[in-house]
Amino acid sequence: MIQKTDRYLYRKPESLMDNTTIYCPGCGHGIIHRIIAEVIDELGVREKTIGIAPVGCAVLAYDYFNFDVTEAAHGRPPAVATGIKRCLPDRIVFTYQGDGDLAAIGTAEIIHAAARGENITVIFVNNGVYGMTKGQMAPTTLLGQRTTTTPKGRDPYQHGFPLKICELLATIEGVYYIERTKIDSIPDIIKTKRAIKKAFTYQIEDKGFSLIEVLSTCPTNWKKTPQESMEWVRREMVSFFPPGVYKDKGATI
Amino acid sequence: MDPGRGMVQKRVILSGCEASAEGAIRAGCKFYAGYPITPQNRFPEYMSERMPEEGGVFIQAESEISAINMVFGAAAAGVRAMTSSSSPGISLKQEGISYLAGCELPAVIINMNRGGPGLGDVTPSQSDYFQSTRGGGHGDYRTITLAPWNVQEIHNLTYLAFILADRYRNPVLVLADGVIAQMMEPVKLLPKEKQIPKKKWALTGCKGRRPNSIKSLFLTPGVLETHNLKIQRKYQKITENEQLYHTYMCDSMDLLVVSFGTCARICFEAITLARAQGIKAGLFRPVTLWPYPSEHLKRIAEKVKKILVVEMNCGQMVEDVKLAVKKDTHIFFYGRPGGGVPTPEEIFKEIKRI
Repeated sequence: MIQKTDRYLYRKPESLMDNTTIYCPGCGHGIIHRIIAEVIDELGVREKTIGIAPVGCAVLAYDYFNFDVTEAAHGRPPAVATGIKRCLPDRIVFTYQGDGDLAAIGTAEIIHAAARGENITVIFVNNGVYGMTKGQMAPTTLLGQRTTTTPKGRDPYQHGFPLKICELLATIEGVYYIERTKIDSIPDIIKTKRAIKKAFTYQIEDKGFSLIEVLSTCPTNWKKTPQESMEWVRREMVSFFPPGVYKDKGATI
Repeated sequence: MDPGRGMVQKRVILSGCEASAEGAIRAGCKFYAGYPITPQNRFPEYMSERMPEEGGVFIQAESEISAINMVFGAAAAGVRAMTSSSSPGISLKQEGISYLAGCELPAVIINMNRGGPGLGDVTPSQSDYFQSTRGGGHGDYRTITLAPWNVQEIHNLTYLAFILADRYRNPVLVLADGVIAQMMEPVKLLPKEKQIPKKKWALTGCKGRRPNSIKSLFLTPGVLETHNLKIQRKYQKITENEQLYHTYMCDSMDLLVVSFGTCARICFEAITLARAQGIKAGLFRPVTLWPYPSEHLKRIAEKVKKILVVEMNCGQMVEDVKLAVKKDTHIFFYGRPGGGVPTPEEIFKEIKRI
């Protein structure tokens, strides 16, 4: 006979709604959404968290997160977050942005939110491709990588080079914490959770601007199986986007 | 420092930018984000001093786009929020204004219209009439547009803009120009707003309630159309309830001059000149450019056979006048495009000619 218990080893976090997502099988968004929800639950801040969804696959985040969420115009979440956080400094404000949103159309917004040292948390999901528009070249598409707008592979002389956001933002004085992680294995998922929790904790402690870049997958547009996609992150993405802590003003030496 | 400190019912000398900014503060505005552009630079400068004094937030943004999106965030958080700019900057803000309209967020945007198109120049102009009254950005939406003609009125209308924005959950524009922005005149300051309406829809954290969301994306078939029809009904309500206008010498007249803002003020002088020579001219000045006071204009225009529309553009408001009045009315237009400001004598000559 099954007995009811109050002690769970594993269950849906309260910060996630019970909705089916639009995400494809093998997409990294599901894992990253879950990590954020777990962290917000563990920090006990669900009722004072405000999320900002990007334009892209994660635009429907307000249907998945069980707390206040607003949409923002493409690339503008850091500006919207600035408006919210400055008006409600005791709330927890985070943006969830893809590579097109953050590293192409929204570069001015992210750089200046960082320069102002806004006390917000940025979750930057890098899967090297525009997912929702069906797989065009992103600012983080690797050299040689085929997309629908780089059919012969990304050629630096024609398409330019991919942008390293963590390395770029780490040079900015206003930044408190920057880390790049990945989600292709259980240990890396645990590391990602640890980084995201640290970023939110810094915000609670009024430390300032944090950004966690998560190397993620897009099997549909990469034209790979979920398993091959994880392999691609491990082999190809990591060589150009090395995981690690790029800045941590709170680190004890 | 609060320009009304220690003042009881006295008037203070302020520029249009200062009077507008102070009107916003008195309406309970607690958030300003902006970016420098002539002729409205005094606006952010004034706010940078006054906002912290009033417990509000001032941010000099990295761009107009960022500024309007900061306003979007502040408005989403339930705070009375605003930005100010001039024509090229307002073009950049249109993305955000469209999102504000789609998400039904209240905000106030001041446009000190300068000569265009492109970079144009910094002289006063009214060439953003279409942009202000027809929506301005993408999508089927409208913004309430208020057009002051002096410094006192920009103070009062900025205050009113916040009330209307909250009442209808819609962005409201105040359309003025470099003359009103920089001219100094005595202003009787309005008292500070004490009761700002509670906003149950705002994002403040979901303590004790279900989560709120703010969005303009509706992918489920039929839902976007329903949303758009709902905001159209709101625009209908605004059109019925919020028309403002001003008339001068319209009781007995042969010719009606229709003009707004700074240009109406120049027309006022021209009409005074005309009356001195026995020409019976009157002035109709729309104060709300959207909703356009069409029924009022129609009623007043019934008395005359001729209308002269005067604008500091190439005839944008003429369309609204034509839509409002009877078909057999003769409508004349006199205007100066970006870079030109008419004199009272010029307009008087035109009044005499027709």
